[in-house]
Parts: sequence; C-alpha cells; structure tokens
Amino acid sequence: MSHAESVASIKEPGGAQARRRRSRGPARYSALDIFRRGVTNSDWPRSFRQHDLAKSYDVVIIGAGVHGLACAYYLAANHGITNVAVLDKSYMGGGGSGRNTAIIRSNYLTPEGVRFYDRSVVLYQNLAADLNYNVMFSQRGHLTLAHTDASLRTMNWRAEVNKLQGINSSVIDAAEVGRIVKYLDVSDRPRYPILGALYHPPGGIIRHDAVNWGYARAADHLGVQIHQQTEVLGIETAGGKVTGVRTNRGAISAPIVVNCTAGWATTISDMVDVKMPLITHPLQAAVTEPVKVFLPTVIVSGSLHVYVSQTDRGELVFGASVDPYPSYSMRGSLEFTESVASHILELIPSIGSLKVLRQWAGLCDMTPDYSPIMGVTPVDGFLVDVGWGTYGFKAGPVSGEAMAALIATGRVPEIISAFDLARFADGRLVGEKGAASVGH
Amino acid sequence: MILIDCPYCGPRNSTEFRHAGEAGKKRDVTTNDPAVWRRYLYQQDNPLGWVRENWFHTAGCRQFLCAERNTQTNEFRWVAPAGSPGPDGASDNGSAR
Repeated sequence: MSHAESVASIKEPGGAQARRRRSRGPARYSALDIFRRGVTNSDWPRSFRQHDLAKSYDVVIIGAGVHGLACAYYLAANHGITNVAVLDKSYMGGGGSGRNTAIIRSNYLTPEGVRFYDRSVVLYQNLAADLNYNVMFSQRGHLTLAHTDASLRTMNWRAEVNKLQGINSSVIDAAEVGRIVKYLDVSDRPRYPILGALYHPPGGIIRHDAVNWGYARAADHLGVQIHQQTEVLGIETAGGKVTGVRTNRGAISAPIVVNCTAGWATTISDMVDVKMPLITHPLQAAVTEPVKVFLPTVIVSGSLHVYVSQTDRGELVFGASVDPYPSYSMRGSLEFTESVASHILELIPSIGSLKVLRQWAGLCDMTPDYSPIMGVTPVDGFLVDVGWGTYGFKAGPVSGEAMAALIATGRVPEIISAFDLARFADGRLVGEKGAASVGH
Repeated sequence: MILIDCPYCGPRNSTEFRHAGEAGKKRDVTTNDPAVWRRYLYQQDNPLGWVRENWFHTAGCRQFLCAERNTQTNEFRWVAPAGSPGPDGASDNGSAR
C-alpha cells in the first residue's frame, strides 16, 4: 500500500471523519468572559483533556512540541482528520519548543527558505485569532549586525534575496542602527565595531509556551488526543510499511506515524532503520533579571556569537552558538555564560551589572545544510518533520500546515518539496547556513 | 567544566579540545558511487549513550586522540592516542560501519 492509499484508508469509515465545522470549544476566551468569571468567581475549565490510550488512531504524531501540536491542529482544522494522537515521553512543549529564545523571522538566504519561513510569519501573525489564545507576538524588528566586510556582504545578499521574495529586509548603516537602538555601542571603541546591519522589521518575539498551549487547546477541542508521559519504545512495521507504535502505556495501531521530535529524531528514526544525517548539539540560552524596557528590537551579532531580546516582562533573553560537540545533555555550562557575557558587553556596555537568573539548554538536530528534513521516508507511512537545527520554533506553524497537507492528500506540498530526505543522497542540498543567527 | 584526560598533557578543560567526529568512519575506496560517497560525508550514528569518537588537542599538544564519552552525561571513561585499540581491545577501524 503506497502512502496515498494509506491516506485514502483514513477517510473511509462511514463518513465519521467527514469535514466538520470548526468548533471553538466550550471555553472561548474573551474580555467579557474574564469579567464574568471575575465577578462570579468561577473556575476556568481545563485547556485540554486527558484520555486513555485507544487501540488505534489514524495518525500518531511523536513529540508534543510546536511541530507535533501544529500538525495535529491543522490535520483537524484544515482536513477534518481528528482521530489523531500526539505522544510525548515527557510533558507538552518541554523540549525545544519551551527552550528556544522565541525569535520569529523570515530573513533567510535561500529562496526556498525565505518562502517557507515567511509563510510561518504570516501564520504567526494570525495565530492569536485562529487559536483564540494570546500568543503575544510582537513584531518589533530584527537587526543582524555586521562587524566585518564579509558579513556585510552576506547581509546584502540576504537582503536582495528577501526583497525578491517580497520580504521587508534591507541593509542599514551603523548610524541608523544607533538611532533604532539607543544603548548599542556603535562607536569605534569595540575591537569589532558595528559596520551596518540587516534590518528586518517583520521579525520579532513571541511567547513560546502560549503557542504550544494554544495549539494544544485548539487541537483538543477539535478531537485530537494529547498523551503526555507516553514514550514510544518501538515502531511496528510489516512489509515495509508502518502498522503502529509500542509505548510505555501499551500498543497502538496506526497507518501513519509522524516523527516530530527534536533531539531524539535519530533515536526514533533508528526504530524503523531510517538513517538520518543528523548530529545532535545542545544550544544554550540564559535570561537576566527584569529591568525597565529599553531594547526595542531583537539584536543578533554573528561575529560576536550572541543574540538578545527583551521580553515584555523586561528580562533579557540571550542565546549563542551551539555547544561545539555532539551531546544530548541539557545542562548549562560556565563557558557559555562567560562567553555570552563578554560578547554582549561589547555591544551594550551599560548592562554590566545585570544578573543572570537562569540558563538552560535545548537540543538541536543539525543537518549538513542547515535546512530541515520533511516528508516521506523509505518506510511507507513513516513521515519525518525533523532536522530543525536552530530554526525549529520559527517554523512550527508552516511545518504543521505542510505536514498536515501531506498526510491528508498524500502529495508533498510545493513549499517543503526542497527539504526531502533524498536530497542528501542525490546531492541537492539547500545551503541555509548563511542565514544562521550566529556562526554555529 | 568538563575535563578531558589527555594522554600526553594530563587533565585539561574541554575548551582546549576540538571534537573531530565519530571514530571509525572510513570511506569505501573500492567504489566511486556518489551515493556511497555522500553517505560517508553526511551520515552519522549520533547515538544516545556511549560513543567512540576523535578529539584534537588544539590548545595543547596538537595531537589527535580517541575517546569514549557518554553523549547523555558527557562523562569520559577512556582517552587514548588516536588509533589505539579500545578498552575492550577492539580497534576503531570501521567496526561500526
């Protein structure tokens, strides 16, 4: 049975899976409701339910992060496929989806990448209304600083590719950078003075937990089941096609299994002997104590290996390059804090007395070309949405939408066709390393 | 801070070293098939747990080393000059692939 036939078998049983009107669910959030519950002192219902594990589902999604949850939501909302289970070995949004620095942008380098990530920005713009959940998307602008002629050249390259795709990006000089961000040192004092920047006004930050919870709540209302603490121990196949998964809570039969994990993408794919060209690196981040809001945009410096943004609460969120060796460890290191601190003080000397509150790490599955791996695999019914490296959270909505379309129609959507697994054997790499925030 | 016990220099901070890939990866010189070459180029085992790998002591003796490290805990249990037979006596010459 081909993938298209596996898909066809999903929709057959008695019209039960017929496209249904999108239900908003019982607990629609609104200002009026806040007022009503405030004066009556009544509790809010749970955002999503807990279920017993069923014997079979039409689609099993491994990984309840933004990719898995978005895929489940768009399967239900756009295609009426609701007999879906999202499994997570830990808790929802506890991996990369809750550990990233929540930066959204589409100023990539390749036309395929720019088109893809820009669709994600568009979906993020409408997400709060779509999900009836405040995701706090703030399109405050995104500045990628250039400290060398070589990086300025790459910024110009990216700006031209962006403009050609209709994306608002341009290269600005150091004086203009200084006008946009008052506290940035644009003088000649630093060892590597700021020469200019790629300015991307649609870029910004979002509340990543709200995105996870919003997708989970909306998917749950449409009938999707989310199973936390449910670890996939094995994937069953017969005659080269997927028949189900084994979990710590029992076996499930399913014709389609989607690998939406980050960090464990190779571990899951190895269960069906699909080899992934991935190396897992931890990426660390840190957050300071909150201060009065002073930083108007997201600031990235590739040469100094640091990026920073200020949350609505006033905390500064820092990130840097991935740890220089493969690892699955999610612990922070002193080397990271020291290096980030010294680099950020080159950019913004005035924050020298701020204290770091927390630091953590998330896992990034790095591909050879820094583009993801999406779509079908040699095993029928085993689909992948992996290899996100450091770009995963930005791509959540568009990946979910595209993977849902692939599952529902059996055809690979044009927007992800360049990101197939076979490109590594065929030599069709989509080199996106030049768009990395920092040189990993 | 992770210490790596360099057989030439003694225990040093891991920042002195550069990770140089999984050990035992060998190109098949008997074929010129691009698919085989690309598999050699792009494919890693990327295991969760103990792995045999190569390191280079960039800021020290500038020698290649082979080591066994746990990718979940970053614990090193064995470090030796490059090409040494492992603690179990097995050589690293392409046994995994």
